[in-house]
Amino acid sequence: MKNATDIAAAVNAKISSASAELDKSLAVIAEKNGAINAFLFVDTDGAKSFASNVDERIAQGEKLPLAGVPIAIKDNLCQTGVPTTCSSKILADWRPPYTATVVERLIAAGAIPVGKTNLDEFAMGSSTETSAFGPTKNPLDLTRVPGGSSGGSAAAVAADMTPISLGSDTGGSIRQPAALCGLVGIKPTYGLVSRYGLIAFASSLDQVGPFAKTVADAALVLEVIAGHDPMDSTSLPEPAPSLVAHVNDGVAGKRVALVKELYEGADDEVVASVKAAVAALEAAGATIVELSIPELRLGLSAYYLIAPAEASSNLARYDGVRFGLREQAEDVNDMYEATRTAGFGAEVKRRIMLGTYALSAGYFDAYYGQALKVRTQMIKAFAKAYEQADMLIGATTPTVAFEFGSKTSNPMAMYLSDVFTIPTNLAGDAAVSVPFGTGENDLPIGVQILGPGRSEATLLAAARVLEIADGRA
Amino acid sequence: MTLPNGWEMVVGLEVHTELKTATKMFCGCANAFGSEPNTNICPVCLGLPGSLPVLNKMAVELAMAIGVALHCTIAPSTFHRKNYFYPDMPKDFQISQYDLPINSRGYLDLPDGSQISVERAHLEEDTGKSTHLGGTGRIHGADRSMVDYNRSGVPLVEIVSGPDIRSAAQARAYASELRGILIATGASDGRMEEGSMRFDANVSVRKSGEPFGTRCEIKNLNSLRSLQRAIDYEALRQIEVLEEGGSIRQETRHWDENRGETSTMRVKEEAEDYRYFREPDLVELSPDQAWQDRVRAALPPMPAARRSRLEELLGDPSDAQRDAIGTVVELDLDGFVISAAQAKADVAIALARSANEIAADIENVAKLSTEAFVATVLMEQKGELSATQAKKVLGVLLESGGDPSTIAKALGFEQMGADALGDLVAKCIEENPSEWQRYREGDDKLSQFFIGQIMKLTKGQANGKSVIAELQQRK
Repeated sequence: MKNATDIAAAVNAKISSASAELDKSLAVIAEKNGAINAFLFVDTDGAKSFASNVDERIAQGEKLPLAGVPIAIKDNLCQTGVPTTCSSKILADWRPPYTATVVERLIAAGAIPVGKTNLDEFAMGSSTETSAFGPTKNPLDLTRVPGGSSGGSAAAVAADMTPISLGSDTGGSIRQPAALCGLVGIKPTYGLVSRYGLIAFASSLDQVGPFAKTVADAALVLEVIAGHDPMDSTSLPEPAPSLVAHVNDGVAGKRVALVKELYEGADDEVVASVKAAVAALEAAGATIVELSIPELRLGLSAYYLIAPAEASSNLARYDGVRFGLREQAEDVNDMYEATRTAGFGAEVKRRIMLGTYALSAGYFDAYYGQALKVRTQMIKAFAKAYEQADMLIGATTPTVAFEFGSKTSNPMAMYLSDVFTIPTNLAGDAAVSVPFGTGENDLPIGVQILGPGRSEATLLAAARVLEIADGRA
Repeated sequence: MTLPNGWEMVVGLEVHTELKTATKMFCGCANAFGSEPNTNICPVCLGLPGSLPVLNKMAVELAMAIGVALHCTIAPSTFHRKNYFYPDMPKDFQISQYDLPINSRGYLDLPDGSQISVERAHLEEDTGKSTHLGGTGRIHGADRSMVDYNRSGVPLVEIVSGPDIRSAAQARAYASELRGILIATGASDGRMEEGSMRFDANVSVRKSGEPFGTRCEIKNLNSLRSLQRAIDYEALRQIEVLEEGGSIRQETRHWDENRGETSTMRVKEEAEDYRYFREPDLVELSPDQAWQDRVRAALPPMPAARRSRLEELLGDPSDAQRDAIGTVVELDLDGFVISAAQAKADVAIALARSANEIAADIENVAKLSTEAFVATVLMEQKGELSATQAKKVLGVLLESGGDPSTIAKALGFEQMGADALGDLVAKCIEENPSEWQRYREGDDKLSQFFIGQIMKLTKGQANGKSVIAELQQRK
């Protein structure tokens, strides 16, 4: 399949049409989704109607940045009338009456939302194995996980079902599956992309971002979805930054810091890729320094208090009263209990309990309060690092894609697969995962480039240097 | 009510008031009372997955207006989530303010000169409204429950007083004065019957001078009468328990208006842990000085200042006049009195006519122009109308508006010239020589006799003061 930039160019030039591109995408989905389970729902009729609408707009002379580009949407983003389940039984039959700002912006830009992709239930997981609707397979090796939580969105692109997709990243849920599926994934600066219509997991950490096969495509999608949204109070006031125009800016004169805490403990082949990436950046004119930021080691612990605490509150509304699953019972309290017992899976329950505990009177200061202090320390530590470097570099994940079931019995082992990605979410900064080199069984390795708030253009330019050095484009 | 045996009550009030904004606190839905159930709703106030709150600027402005009127400090504030499950609360948490409220440390002056401290006045969102049918009629054990989310997300300000109130009557005076302030600021319509103002009362008792006793909180009182009755009942209940050697359990109590009793809702041990934490979907609220100054400048005079103004106009008001001033300000009629004063009319007459005749027909006040009112007072003052006639003219003005002198004519209240009145008075003196003699010898009470006679002869159209003047001339 062609990339998004090329499809949009062809549709804008009337060489191709949105409807034709959609047909190709639907054909691949029909062929592969049975084995991969990337999509939970394919909105064939809706997508066809969007496509003919785009073709009409093009016929009337409009030029659209994502003209006729099929896109897969993670199933925690609302779209009017389209099932939006968060891969949970509790929302199995829910169809929202409104559309998320990011999806509206994609549609306005000419993209064709083709359906909703699988995720770990409520985005809580790193493998899609906690989905109530079965795991997604990694298209590069069907015995392995695609990563998570945005595993369905990553697999959709890796399997050429759509050239681009949207995920959400709370602790690594875009970057980790991007790394495991050999894609470019961006966790934008907190507030750069609207969260209106993104079903909350941990509100202070969640951010929507793109998956793509190329850096330019990822930049294009982010440019479309970014920018202030009056419906989201935490949205940054500025309009979308210019990204596509800067993709080929290179890294000459940039200071890149290799951060020990962002690769130590990773598999040797992963470390080797990170070091090779550093060399490639240096060869392209960057100055390299080595840094240690010890505070980053506290990220995982702080994250597993803050994210569950917010989740325990965000997920309270799934109570059987207004929408979603309702289990009948004699009394309202029994109904709540029966509904939530039947509707939530084990991982979601585990995190609700963790979070409820962390916020409880008598424990708040020791757990949630302490985690907030760690978070403040982490923000300061990053800020200090960014006085010495324009960007930081490390691994995205400690390993390549792992096999199904290898970590499901040990939550801590699963949580550790996000150890390098979590700090960026706590700081509210930006980070990109870009494929660089391969490891065991020729599986892709992701290198992570991190930067301060609103540094996406710089990070994408660096990712582009690595993309070229890796022989990908 | 005086408490027995040297007991004293200690009361603090929490007053919830709905703000009179056009839209809800965090979304664009109409903030309207009385619409069809579940018609003013959207993804945000229904708490649908993925929805986010955006703070209503007008709600902030009205909250600041309340803060200014209550002499509070306005400071940068934050929102928290108060987490608990209830079907009429769509997100199963309420967005409220916790450790950093927008307004803190103010006070309220009562008409009797006492001052009640205000600890805070913070912003929060209202819940929906549940109706439980059949069975127990409460959420547990009803046959069915229905929820109307029109009220969900309506902006509220909760005003928390210090434990400064010492009687139920004072609590009532505080609530009433606060209501006047809320109406004056434009923050609330003060309609208690629509639930736009609701009270929780914290009540404890102690012997004078001793430390505070254990308090009980009476929830959801929705009229001034209930507030006063419930507090009196609760204080006496606590005294009875203590005098019988018992102790007070800290608990939340429910007021039963029909039975006139409070009863236990839940004891402290059952109190929920609300797991407050910063609302991550909202940012800090820091109204800049310029915004605060604009709100301050736009604020009309508060009831206390308006009462003072009328007191100054009257000079040294009697107790009855103070009551009348209270009524006039409460009903927003002080403009009539001030206009009369500006036209050099008699302030005492204007106050009396406002507090009595206009107040009695308050729903028609819009028909009465200030000019017509002032003209009527001036006619009464000059003796062109008797008090009785002036009241009747006002009655007609309130009923249908118009010009007072035309109305007076139509009612047959012909102006009685001094000559005609003089003749009548002379005639009356002639016919009642012994009364006249006693009056001349200093029995002033007999002036009333002559006024009565003249009134009879004139069918009430004479002016009492003019009659006395005529009598004086003839002494």
